[in-house]
Formats: sequence, structure tokens, C-alpha cells
Amino acid sequence: MIIIQRKDLDVLIGALQKRDYAIMGPNVRDGAIVYDEIRSVADFPEGWTDEHEKSRYRLKRRPDKALFGYTVGPQSWKRFLFPPMAKILTVSKKGKAMEIEPDTSKEAPPRFAFFGVRSCELNAIMIQDKVFMNEQYSDPTYAARRNNIFIVAINCTQSGGTCFCASMNTGPIVKGGYDIVLTEVVGDGVHYFGAEAGSDKGNEVLKDVPHKNAAANEVEAVGVLVDGARTNMGREMTTEGLRELLADNLESPHWDDVARRCLMCSNCTMVCPTCFCSTVEDVTDLSGERAERWRRWDSCFTMDFGKVTGGNFRLSPKARYRQWIVHKLSSWVEQFGTFGCVGCGRCITWCPVGIDITAEVQAIRNNGVRNDT
Amino acid sequence: MNQPALVEVEGLNDPMLPELQSIRRIVWETDDTFTLQLENTGHNAAEFSFLPGQFNMLYVFGMGESAISISSDPSKPTALAHTIHRVGTVTNALSLMKRGDVIGLRGPFGSNWPIEKANGLDVCIVAGGIGLAPLRPVLYSLFRRRRDYGRVLLLYGARSPLDLLYRVELEQWSKQYDVEVLVTVDRSDSTWKGYIGVVPNLFSYIKLDARATMAMVCGPEVMMQYTIAEILRCGVPPEQIYLSMERNMKCAVGFCGHCQYGPKFICKDGPVFAFPQISDLFGKKEI
Amino acid sequence: MLKENLNEVLRKHPFVGDLDDKYLQILVGCAKNVHYKEGDYLCHEGEAADLFFLIRSGRVALEIHAGHKGKRRIQTIGPGEVLGWSWLISPYRWHFDGYAVAEVRALALDGKCLRTKCDKDHDFGYEMLKRLADVFQSRMEATRLQLLDVYGSR
Repeated sequence: MIIIQRKDLDVLIGALQKRDYAIMGPNVRDGAIVYDEIRSVADFPEGWTDEHEKSRYRLKRRPDKALFGYTVGPQSWKRFLFPPMAKILTVSKKGKAMEIEPDTSKEAPPRFAFFGVRSCELNAIMIQDKVFMNEQYSDPTYAARRNNIFIVAINCTQSGGTCFCASMNTGPIVKGGYDIVLTEVVGDGVHYFGAEAGSDKGNEVLKDVPHKNAAANEVEAVGVLVDGARTNMGREMTTEGLRELLADNLESPHWDDVARRCLMCSNCTMVCPTCFCSTVEDVTDLSGERAERWRRWDSCFTMDFGKVTGGNFRLSPKARYRQWIVHKLSSWVEQFGTFGCVGCGRCITWCPVGIDITAEVQAIRNNGVRNDT
Repeated sequence: MNQPALVEVEGLNDPMLPELQSIRRIVWETDDTFTLQLENTGHNAAEFSFLPGQFNMLYVFGMGESAISISSDPSKPTALAHTIHRVGTVTNALSLMKRGDVIGLRGPFGSNWPIEKANGLDVCIVAGGIGLAPLRPVLYSLFRRRRDYGRVLLLYGARSPLDLLYRVELEQWSKQYDVEVLVTVDRSDSTWKGYIGVVPNLFSYIKLDARATMAMVCGPEVMMQYTIAEILRCGVPPEQIYLSMERNMKCAVGFCGHCQYGPKFICKDGPVFAFPQISDLFGKKEI
Repeated sequence: MLKENLNEVLRKHPFVGDLDDKYLQILVGCAKNVHYKEGDYLCHEGEAADLFFLIRSGRVALEIHAGHKGKRRIQTIGPGEVLGWSWLISPYRWHFDGYAVAEVRALALDGKCLRTKCDKDHDFGYEMLKRLADVFQSRMEATRLQLLDVYGSR
């Protein structure tokens, strides 16, 4: 481990900019921490933290000047790898014939550096890798961006009210899949980052940043903070036998109970870092000579999602909620080898009626008796 | 558990990029169903191979795509054809096309009917409505090596006599290729001399050698539910029953999530499934 | 047809199944072999249902008069199946015409006679009703499926 002082963090930013990365990281905007451009350390949410509870999210001032003293915001990194709207094809009409061009052939794909990726989010990226770049097919839009990425991960030193990454075995400690990992230590007149390289790329960048080797007490300080995050989880999810539990209880009366509360607003799918459903739209211009195919985010909660010729096979709210949770915590295992959930808690925080995925699973275990109020 | 094989997509560089195809001919089978024949000379036509049960995404300029099963003879790639039920904007636009018009095609996608597993067995093909279209390539394949199979039965149900597909071929098949063809309709007219009633009922007229039979079923889901219940009642082992499922298809490559049926992606794990693969979900409401 | 052959033929028909032999003899006593050409009627709507038929070969279409829509054929009955249960259910009248769409060979059973036997011997009556209940059930299921109009696109 090496130590980078707070004052030298800008050098790290500069080193990435010098290598032509477009740095994306946490910004404070509209009362939330969102992922957007980082031009300098001044863009980070210095001195801000967040409060998460079911259907509640507030930013609050911290007593210190920590740059990464929050947990997660409503967005995830999927908006950069799997953009909410992406053009797939351009088609031009030429008499009876057509010319069809894929969109990725035109410009060079963006080179992103993600600055401030939490363990849960890193796991979510790796989960989406299995979705979009698998043995059978690879999505060119995703692959082009993913192959160019630089990841500066950050260890959580606190956990949020709705976090349960420890239960899902996706955190809080960052393990693999990153180029650089940082842990922020603030307090008692010190402000530094423990840093480690996770790849040759990361190593090469760190060489440009003033640093020293970590002393034993600094390593310990980092360890204590990360451990604190692990032991303070806001929620927990029992994952033992979870896949079978949901697959075997598709007709549980508990789903009617959730359906009475769920508004079908699809917030959970929008904030979830692994949800990947999309739809395709073909549009023409007024002349009728040019058409484009766009892909945009979709949600299994929409009424149209289950539409087929002559009907809709998944119309009831109960069936739609069930589809989401059973996919996330059961079907996903058969499809991609892991759960789809990383325990980030966003769906709990941003559900307007406070449906808690951990409590719903517990209710299924308890034959329909919920423990949350 | 034997899973229907996934085929390597031959001659297709990018499964997300439609290739151009021009229309050869449109043949109306009924008043709302037509067969679209394509020239298939664009790219190397001989390389476009597909297996029975697979589907293509057909694209109409500016309108979008529709997932359509391939219903022609797999051994004749230049006679590529799709039988299409005209129900929405894209299929309606396809129905209005003329010779020489150009569409986009992506494919073939999906799993196939496991004909090679039927060697030495009786084959019972059960189709409901437009479900006969993705099964017709199976029949063509069986006919090429008729002696490799025992009895070949075709049980086919449609709404009415006017809705029957491939009427001329149905007769040919029974005479030329030794196929036992039983056709039933839900509602009749006074000229119809065949069966009137539902497909499951046809099983009481044939005596299956159940353990030596492979069944392939395609049709509306509720029809398949009753039919498969009857096939199981006859004693055909579940692992010898295959069916083709349908869901909303948008990307055909397992990314958009729309076609999921439980954990199965119908576009790549299906559309053809061995019954045991989906038996725990089949018949459950709103999956 | 000789009585022993009737025995065999009846025993083989799915309607009879594992019926006790003493009851099978009652049926034998009330059965006769019948044959209809294509285009013949086995029964007419409204007539007394004194017979019922166990179809051996061929096909019978059930025709119902649907007012201004004329005659509609709503179902066919084929080999191994049963035509007619009104012989045991009041008011003992046929509810449809039975039209032979293909040459039919069947066993016709004297329903009126069997009805009396059922009244006298309830165990025998139970065996008959049990078998008819099977027929009701499968016809009902088929009719429901036809009603669902599964091949329609709307």
C-alpha cells in the first residue's frame, strides 16, 4: 500500500487527463450525488454525506472534509457503459434498396475513467459484463466502452442505511477488477488515501503521483475503517437457498401483498446498477429517406413489457413485481452464475413506498409475515 | 438433460446488423396469413443455413422488426420463406410488399427441433394455427430420410377450414410421404368432412407407441398446455416431448430481456425446448 | 352378428372398459351392430333418445340449428367415442342431429331398456352414470377450449 496525501489527489486527476481519459465521478447536484464529469478535485462532494432509509434520501453536511464520505447516489456507472439511449443503426433509403450502417463504426468510443467506484458497483459492472459480453453474443456499444475503461475504486469506510453488500458477498472491501483502489482516511489533522494498484495500467499511473510507502499504523487505520463499514450494514439478506426459495414460491400469496403496495413506478429498475432491460425504437425523419434504430432503457414493470400479439401475458402488478425480484435473486443465477443483486440498497431507498427487497425475501421465508413496518 | 443444440451463425458477421434481402413473391395462405418468399441471393446464399425451429428478425424500413419463424426447406436455402400472420404494423407492411422490394434480415436465431434424436422413433407433430409454420421445416427434413423414422403423424388444428395453411401440401404429404394427417377445426362449415373439435381430442383416434414416440408441439400456449397434458397421458416420456415457446422479441440476442420465460431467454435458450426444461413453469399464470 | 362377437366388440370399446362381466351381459342383450352411409342421420334433434351409439369407425358430426345461421356442425365424434347421453337424462330427447360425415359402423344400444335396468339396479346405474360423466367432462373441456377461440388474433 502507498499513501497519497489529499493535496496530491489532483495530480492523480491530471495523470488520467494526460492519458486522454474523460473522468466521471461523484458531483453534488439537485440535492443528490450524481456521476458526472470530474475536471478537478474541486468537483468531488467534499464534506457531504447521505442518509439512506427506505423511501428516503437526504444529503447532509459532514463535520469533516471527506471527499468520498457518502455511500451511493441514485445513478450507477451503467449509464456510461450501457447508456440510457444509444443509436444502434442508421438506415438510408436508396430507391428500393437500403443502406444499413451500425453506429459504432462512425466515431471512436469514449475513454472513461470511473473515479470512486464502490465494491458493490464494481461487482455490478462485472455482472453486466456477463450479460453484455457473453459466450454467444457481445454488445458492440458496451464492449467498446468497457474495453477502454480505467477504474479508480474506493473502499467504503461507512455503510448506508439500506446497504447489504456484506450479505451478498459483494463488499464492502474492493476485491479485484480495478486499476487503482483508494481508501480515504480523514481526521485528527490528517487527510490521506491508502492506494494500491490492481493492474499494470494502474501501476503506471500511480508512478506519476507523489506518494510514500504506507507505515504500519496507516495500514491499520485503513483496515479499521473498512472493517467498520462491514460491521455496520443497514440491512441484511439471507442468501442461503435463496434461488430455490423464490423459484419454489412463485404462487405465494405474499406476492399479492407486495402488489397492493407497489406503484409499478419502475424506480427500482432505473436506479439498480445491474438491471439491463431495453427496448428498441425505429424512427424516420420527415423526408422518409433516413431511419434510425435506437435502443433505450426499459423496465419489466411497464405495462407494455409483457405484450405479445393479441394480448399481454404479464399484466397484473403482482406478476410484474414477482418477475423483477425472482429474476434478480433467482433466475439470474441460472442465467449468469451469480445473483443479479449487489446489495447497494438503491431500490430500497428510491422506492416511493419503501418496499424493501430484503424484507420481502424474509417474508417469503416466513410464509408471508413481514418484519418491516 | 439433452438441450436442443445452438447453431453457429454461418455467413453472418454481426447478429445485430440486418442484411438486405429482396422479395421474390408473396403467397396468401388464408385471408390474414401469407408466405413471404425471399430471393436470398444477397450474401453467399448457399451459406445461409438454418435448422428447423429457428427464426429471423425481418426489418421493414423505418418501422421496425418482427420475429418470424422460418418455414421453408432447410436443404433449399435459395427458397427461404416465412409464413406470417398479419397482426401488427410490421407484418402488415410486409404483407403489402411486391417483388423486388427490399427488407432487412437478421438471423437465424434460436434453438432447433432435434430431428437427429428422432432416428428410429415414431414422430408425432402437433400444430395449432400458425404453429404449423415453424414445424413445416421438420416435415421437409423428415421426408428427405423417411426410412430413418417409423410412423410420422401430423395432428393439425385451426380455427376453421378457411384458416388451414398449406392445404395442397397437406394432401401431398399424406399420399407421397406416408404421413398420417389428421386435421381438426374449432368451427366448421357445411362442406367440411374432417374432424371438428380440439387437437387433444385427436389423440383418441391414433394409438401411439408412446415410449417410442417423439412429439413436437407448436401453437397457442393454452392449446399446447392441453395438448401436452394429453400427450403425457398417452404415456410419451416427458423428455421426448418438444415445444416451441413465444414471447415478445426485440433484440433476438439475449440483451433486451423481453423474451424471458423464467430464467430462459426464448431467443437463445429457445424457442424450442425439451419439455422437462420448462415443465416447472409451464402452465403457471403470468410467468 | 353373433352374441359372442358382440361381447368381444363391446368389451374392446373404451366406453365399456373394465365393466363387470355381469353388467356387460346386460349391454350385450341390448346391443346391435349398425351401419350408416355417408350423409345418413343417426339421430334428429327433438326426437326421443331411445338409443345411444358406441362408434367403431367413421365420423359423426353434431349439428345444431342456429336460427337464421342455419345448421352448424359444432363437433365430430369418432372411433372409440360415445354418441348420446340423453337416453339417461330427462327429458330423454336428442339435443342435436347426428350426421354421418363418413361411413359409420357403430353399436347401437337400447337406451330405453337400459334406463329401466338402471332404475332397478342402482349399481348398474352407477356404472353407466360414471362412464357418462367421463364423456360429459371431456366434451365440456373440449367445448371450453373451442370457446376460447385460441387461434383468433383478437
